[in-house]
Amino acid sequence: MKLSLAEKTTNFSFVLPALFIFSMFWIYPFFYTFILSFQEYDMISPPAFVGLGNFSEVFGDPSWWSALYNGGFITFWALTFQNILAFMLALAVDKVIRMRKFYRVVFFILPILSEVIIGLLMKQLLISNPPGRDVFNEFLKLVGLGPLAHEWLGIDRARLVTALVHCWKGFGWAFVILLAGLQSIPEQLYEAARIDGANAWQQFRKITLPILMPVITLVIVLTILGTMQAFAMILALTGGTAGLTVVPVMKIYNHLRGNQAGLACAEGLMLGIILVAISFTMFFISKKIREKYGVLPR
Amino acid sequence: MYYHAKKIIILIVLHTFLFSVALSCIFPFLWTVNVSLKTQGEFDADYGLRPVTHINWNNYKTVLVKEEFWRYFLNSVFYTFITVLSIVFVSSLAAYGFSRLQFPGKHFLFYMFLTAMMIPLPAGFVPVYVLLNKLHLVNRTGYVLAMTNIGLSLSIYLLKTFFDQLPRDLEDAARIDGCSKVGIWWNVGLPLVAPALAVVVIFNALNVWNEFVLASLMFTDYTLMPLQVGLMEFSNRLVTQHTLIMAALTVAALPIILLYLRMQRQFVRGLTAGALVG
Amino acid sequence: MKWDKLLRFFLLLVFLVCGCTSKAPQEKKIVIWHWMTDRKDAFGQLASRYENETSLKVEFKLFFPPDLYSQKVIAAARAGNLPDVFGILGEKKTFASFVKAGHIMPLTSYMEKDSGEWKNRFYPQTLDVVIFKNANAYGAEAGIYGVPIDTTVMQFVYNKTLFREAGINPHGYPRTFEDFIKYAQKVKTALGVDGFVCGWGEGWLLNALATEWAINLMGEAKFFQTINGQIPYTDQEWIDVFSFFAQLKKSDILATNIATMTNKEAEDAFAKGKAALSFNGTWAVNVYAQLAPDLEYAFFSLPRVSGTQPMKIWGGAGSSFMVNSHSSRKDEAVKFLNWLTQKPQQEYLIEETSNLPAIRGCEESLPSVLQDLLLNFEMLTHPDTWPRNEDSRVIEVLNRGLQQIIVGLKGPREVAEEVQKTKERISRR
Repeated sequence: MKLSLAEKTTNFSFVLPALFIFSMFWIYPFFYTFILSFQEYDMISPPAFVGLGNFSEVFGDPSWWSALYNGGFITFWALTFQNILAFMLALAVDKVIRMRKFYRVVFFILPILSEVIIGLLMKQLLISNPPGRDVFNEFLKLVGLGPLAHEWLGIDRARLVTALVHCWKGFGWAFVILLAGLQSIPEQLYEAARIDGANAWQQFRKITLPILMPVITLVIVLTILGTMQAFAMILALTGGTAGLTVVPVMKIYNHLRGNQAGLACAEGLMLGIILVAISFTMFFISKKIREKYGVLPR
Repeated sequence: MYYHAKKIIILIVLHTFLFSVALSCIFPFLWTVNVSLKTQGEFDADYGLRPVTHINWNNYKTVLVKEEFWRYFLNSVFYTFITVLSIVFVSSLAAYGFSRLQFPGKHFLFYMFLTAMMIPLPAGFVPVYVLLNKLHLVNRTGYVLAMTNIGLSLSIYLLKTFFDQLPRDLEDAARIDGCSKVGIWWNVGLPLVAPALAVVVIFNALNVWNEFVLASLMFTDYTLMPLQVGLMEFSNRLVTQHTLIMAALTVAALPIILLYLRMQRQFVRGLTAGALVG
Repeated sequence: MKWDKLLRFFLLLVFLVCGCTSKAPQEKKIVIWHWMTDRKDAFGQLASRYENETSLKVEFKLFFPPDLYSQKVIAAARAGNLPDVFGILGEKKTFASFVKAGHIMPLTSYMEKDSGEWKNRFYPQTLDVVIFKNANAYGAEAGIYGVPIDTTVMQFVYNKTLFREAGINPHGYPRTFEDFIKYAQKVKTALGVDGFVCGWGEGWLLNALATEWAINLMGEAKFFQTINGQIPYTDQEWIDVFSFFAQLKKSDILATNIATMTNKEAEDAFAKGKAALSFNGTWAVNVYAQLAPDLEYAFFSLPRVSGTQPMKIWGGAGSSFMVNSHSSRKDEAVKFLNWLTQKPQQEYLIEETSNLPAIRGCEESLPSVLQDLLLNFEMLTHPDTWPRNEDSRVIEVLNRGLQQIIVGLKGPREVAEEVQKTKERISRR
């Protein structure tokens, strides 16, 4: 079918507003990030070209690497603790009939609330004011677990507690996705397996896990991307704790606040490349696993 | 008999596990509301762990009136509403174009939007902020435009897949009746994708309502701040006044929780949509 | 349906409030931007006083919090809509960028008129902060570029009541570092409160103290040589400076979460008698008065770490106002700032906010806790008055290193090496 020029123009005009906004706020910034990362720019004086200066600065900056380590630490906990918890909850809710809806509603409250709210709320629970007396410790004493009381946001625990709060906020959506995956598995498969004499573990191993593989990969990738870019919750909760809970995006944000836009862009670019590499590797591995076990693509 | 007992024990174990996790989600919020109704003196005495005896609304009065949280709240409503409106408008128009109309470069452009959705740009707010600064758009307009862009790719993708599944009969009928293309999009297309639009609305509304980073960079005037930035600023400033902070947190969290309880299905779909299409 | 109507009505309301902030017609007035929450009412009063005297309207506009304010000023500079008068927060480097970009009017000629009457009003250390000297390291043209309206001095402060209860003479503050630790420990063992509290989650408060101790130990000359890169941070005397913080940690007098505390929290803790000693700026007088009006406390300058070198105190720079060089009411703005730094107005500000004044001759109106400080004004030093300041990235590493020392994560030598490595990396570029 041949279209007249006028018709083409009309048709094109449907996507024009979207294209305009997209060019202005995605395409331009995308390329501008590259340009800016080669410049020193304090937002007042004109930008100065510094070559690879920003990158060598970032590479040689131990606090950047420690921020990456902190992000990785929290991601590790999110991958293991948060996702295993979410998976166990999904399996449990899939098994129970009563109150299923109640659990689903409750577990999803945390993901709909903002990071700032969660961070500030947990800070109020965990902060010591006066020292040694925070609400959570008082609560522990109240229920007879007094010996467990601890300086939760102090130096020795801050990173772990931050990771756990992040998991607490995040398990809800992993749970919902995994549950949706579980419920999409037809009951007949299990029945057939039971007739063949498979026990619960074998059913899980041979049916549930392989079929859920794509969903699990998705959850893993989203967890990595989400956690490595987490920031507002940590800012509200600890504000950095002497560098112990400074995460990459917090560094970027602080550099921008300190009017070092070039440095911020170089750091953002590095983090972005790392994340793209990780998610591609993950999808590749998942594809290999699926091919090996001969599971149908979803 | 043995089988039955085993089943009951398993159920008890499962419910204990599920219920304790559920409690950990609910308890902090009950505590928040409880503390927000106490005076600072009462809080110092029992850390809000005992239920409130006589309700004291003063914290809310201070937070909403004296600390001007009503303003932050209305600002958030304003930004959310305008942004969602513009996303719905722009993305449904584009999705309809991508799904139904022919024009050169169509596939390229669509895949461009799709790629953008998948590439993480952790410092994306840096060039956007620099750009808006250059264009002197560090205000409401700039913020709404930037936030519109954030929700655009996903919304276009969702709506396009939905359009693709719809039969074309109705549109053909409308065309024969002499309806223009824009008319068809507005009168026929939009009503048909209403279920998908609900997902788009919830997803983007939550996104804008909860956004912090860009807003904290853009709004230097406290009369323009949305709730999240106001909340952060407030708690930094009054860090030791726990009951006030708890009242502010309640003000910020309660509307969302209530709305969620009323329409949980859409919320779950809206929030997981972003994850599942990726 | 009912819900629908309610929602529509609500949205209409929102739009009326948000959308229709009407633009008032341009009238003849001076607009001043500032971030000083504590002075909001006092400035308002002064503005109406000025309007009565001269019939010229002055409008003070408050923006908070401070870091958002500084972004606002930068954005406004870019957009070319700075107000007639504004303040700049942050390093002198930022100030210099504004000057170099031509946003700030030099006030040298106004200040030096009538054989320098206006200029001579100020404490020289206070005025120094807004001056760019000849051939300065920032590359800005020499001149006076702002009007200071107050002075800030970093001070140690102790709780007299707690001292008395612990059996220490409440009029004898610790003069040496050893005494400082001894006193703090004494209060801690006797009363169970913390010995020392400070907002060391904010790095600059650590930096100020480290600077004071470094100058006291090695002398100003050697300190500047370090900044110029002639002496490394791994020098023994620098390691000693870092060791002081390790000693503080070891002596167990620090508040438990001191490394993550904000200044606000520390002020609250001190005012409520939860710690015997603290380190804070003179603005604290107003803060403590609001938090605990009955608090009995006194300032002292610095527990000495060496008797051989003179002591320098971090201070001088308070808040300053700059005149927008593109403003159409420059002369009126300068006149107002001149008026603001006359004795009656400065005394009014002291009365309202208990800040140290920018000008001399107001000593009698100061609150008694502050009067002793004026004796040692020549001891003041501040990075903004130095020929050259340390690179902000080095300072960042240094501050974080100190935080890690006071929580016992790292040792002094390790931190010294890290700081020096950063310094070398940056000077190579």
